[in-house]
Amino acid sequence: MSEPLLEVRELTVHHGQLRALDQVSLRVLPGEVYAIIGANGAGKSTLLRTIAGLHQPTSGSVWYDGKDVTRVRTERRATQGIVMVPEGRRLFGSLSVQENLQVGASYARPGPWNIERVYETFEWMKDRRSQLTAQLSGGEQQAVAIGRALVANPRVLLLDELSLGLAPVVVQRIYAMLPQILASGLTVLLVEQDVSQALRVASHLQCLLEGHTTLEGKPADVTPQQVEAAYFGLESSAPEGSTSLWSGSTPSSRAS
Amino acid sequence: MVWVNAIIQGILTGGLYALFACGLSLMFGVMKVVNLAHGDLAIVGAYIALGVITITHIPVLWSFVIVVPIMAVLGYALQRTVIQAALDRSVLTTLLVTFGLSVVIENALLQFINANSHALGVGNSIITGSFSIGSQIQIAYLLVLIFAVAVVVLLGLQYFLSASRYGRMIRAVADDREAAQLSGVDYRHVFGIAAAIAFGTVALSGIAYGMYSQFAPTTGTDTILLFAFAAVVIGGLGSLWGTLLGGVILGVAQQIGAQINISYEVLAGYIVLLAVLVLRPQGLTGRRA
Repeated sequence: MSEPLLEVRELTVHHGQLRALDQVSLRVLPGEVYAIIGANGAGKSTLLRTIAGLHQPTSGSVWYDGKDVTRVRTERRATQGIVMVPEGRRLFGSLSVQENLQVGASYARPGPWNIERVYETFEWMKDRRSQLTAQLSGGEQQAVAIGRALVANPRVLLLDELSLGLAPVVVQRIYAMLPQILASGLTVLLVEQDVSQALRVASHLQCLLEGHTTLEGKPADVTPQQVEAAYFGLESSAPEGSTSLWSGSTPSSRAS
Repeated sequence: MVWVNAIIQGILTGGLYALFACGLSLMFGVMKVVNLAHGDLAIVGAYIALGVITITHIPVLWSFVIVVPIMAVLGYALQRTVIQAALDRSVLTTLLVTFGLSVVIENALLQFINANSHALGVGNSIITGSFSIGSQIQIAYLLVLIFAVAVVVLLGLQYFLSASRYGRMIRAVADDREAAQLSGVDYRHVFGIAAAIAFGTVALSGIAYGMYSQFAPTTGTDTILLFAFAAVVIGGLGSLWGTLLGGVILGVAQQIGAQINISYEVLAGYIVLLAVLVLRPQGLTGRRA
């Protein structure tokens, strides 16, 4: 069995008084697409942000490439190869598309990705490279945000809620790009409310509920019933109407 | 003709005010720090220039070659230590800290130098001269030079921010600090660089003021800080050209006020400031928040 590229050990994170994560652990092997699913407030984003270094854990540790990086600053983690596409895209609003990518490449590691390759991957982008990102649609902005992370040549790409605020069609299009992106040898840890999308691309699955891990395994090994139970925190049968989990959206994502 | 003269003098003085203001505007635009020690630091720059000139006997005009780097290093150091520590607590804390800095600097100058006025004497050179247009308009070369320096500094800053790698990072960090960190950008370092640049312009404005007028330890807060604020607010925060426009409008308002009655000079400037705050609080070039 190979060593994990990224490992989280018994991570507990507080937001003030609130315990957002409680003793969560995970091991991401090189080349995996590791999906963390869960409802709103399950602690998914907190987990990803803590791995990126934007939150400090109360206890527990984050290991990357065999080293403890729990106390390493966000920007150092990024230059070492842990790069996140943040929730809500967070593009630089006063910068053009190209400049956003250039900032992403400021401290890039050597690797297969560069701005040209991003333009080849997202063909529309080159013609619109001098536009401000506010002039782009949500899906296009998400593509720029992914591009901005890719040009840094990460070893581990953290994707936080790619589907948030996007139309289902657009979400599908973005997820359809993933295999092409993964072909460059990336390891991906993604967080998603949209379970069906996550299951389609994931090689490993972990479900969070109120800061705890409720389910873990390969997508092939878990049943829809198990996922639903883990997602909603139900012991036995799933609630009525929860089959929508499999058709592309969740009750909570529709609400947002 | 006296009015034309007032407007021309006002525009040229506006260059000096814009030079005062651009460091303040940059610090606020990038770090969201309202640097209340801004004026005192400009005066520190003027005193350093005085010292440099006394020791090395280089011409006043060339003193910036030494003073600007000194102030830039001071800016980086202050930003990475005191100001960053304040920022880590809250934006409000930076107000208290820079206010404290202002008090400390002013009193240190009073203590270790003295309360006398000084000036950066240019001696008998072309700079102290003037040329006239017609019989009533006399234009000092020094003011023209300062205006030109202000325009060059603003153009240079504009170019640096839009075209250079660090300029891009400064804008990125100003937009979204966290997202910049996720791209590997150490925002503290970028803040330090922005502060170094701001302090460099502060040094220039201090030298320019020292050549233009007399200065004393209290000049920083009494004059430079207030005029810099007025120029920034009139022009609109975060816009470099707005800063020049703000400086020019402040200068013209003061000169026109002075033309009506010499005691209205400063008042007229603040009336325009007040009018802008009431009618267009985002400043003339600012976007509505």
